Amino acid sequence: MNPGMEGTPPRILVILPAYQEERSIGGLVRSLRERYPYDALVVNDGSTDNTGDAARGAGAIVLDLPCNLGIGGAVQTGFLYARSRNYDVVVRIDGDGQHEIDDIPKILEPILAGRADAVIGSRFLGETGYRGSIPRIFGIRFFRFLVNVTTGYRVTDPTSGFFAINPRLVAFYSDHYPSDYPEVDAYILMHRLGARALEVPVRMYDRSEGKSSITAFRAVYYMVKVTLSFLINRIRRFG
Amino acid sequence: MNRVTILSIVVSAALLLYILEMVRRRKLREEYSILWLFGSVVLLVLSLKKNWLDSFAHALGIAYPPSFLFLVGILFILLILIHFSIAISKLHQMNKKMAQEIALMKEKATGGTSGDPSIGP
Repeated sequence: MNPGMEGTPPRILVILPAYQEERSIGGLVRSLRERYPYDALVVNDGSTDNTGDAARGAGAIVLDLPCNLGIGGAVQTGFLYARSRNYDVVVRIDGDGQHEIDDIPKILEPILAGRADAVIGSRFLGETGYRGSIPRIFGIRFFRFLVNVTTGYRVTDPTSGFFAINPRLVAFYSDHYPSDYPEVDAYILMHRLGARALEVPVRMYDRSEGKSSITAFRAVYYMVKVTLSFLINRIRRFG
Repeated sequence: MNRVTILSIVVSAALLLYILEMVRRRKLREEYSILWLFGSVVLLVLSLKKNWLDSFAHALGIAYPPSFLFLVGILFILLILIHFSIAISKLHQMNKKMAQEIALMKEKATGGTSGDPSIGP
């Protein structure tokens, strides 16, 4: 898989899942489109505010889900779109401005060069200056251990939602993607496919608008659910 | 016949008739009624044939026969609840696929130009 070698530029789709982001999504889409020739796809996850129109107004392709599916279901809708339109690379970034869009080329480069099937942005590689709360750091360390022990991938940021994948993974994720908190699970899926995954350093920020989908109470549920579905995916059949 | 026997016969017979009536009126689908029908028949038989209950309990080493009835009831409820969890998971999956399909079709139909925010709650 080596898109872009036949003279035509690779077709790249940036997926931005968004829920109640009417205040920040427009600006984010605009700066993406000013900087890059990529298609921006906003998956509006059943927002009750004007997220969809704000994204459309800024020039994004918008998929309006009729109800809230959660982050995994929303991102998967983007994969389904990408698969039907045969994009060469799919980038997924948060719709709330947490991910530094200047770092997108770093995420794309190994896939375009054919060196990786998936490239995941890590806030812990190199000098990225990320500081998180103690429970969050604990959770990340726990999942780092889980992924490293069970898959052999050497991962520093297992919960990163800033990544790029090639069409093979897009096709697989279109059929099999966890409903909520999908990032850790994705390592098992990649492992089962024998995909080459690579981390690159990126910058991430605290949220500017809205509130994080992970509250203190949900953190425990998050840990248990992800661990369970991670271990189940180890022994599951994929038809 | 003592009063508790009559009571349990009446209750399990009423349950059986109620389930049948719900299926007849199409308020309960056949596939979901099977476990309920099976459960109410078992309850009815054990109420009518008290000596069967006693001998089952004796064979299993249960000293107090009515507790065998409780055991049967609890196992049956457990089975039904698992059945429901599976049914809900299936509906969840179908619901997700439909929502995704609707979003993709809406985008295709409008070319992504017209503003049509969700009709959600």
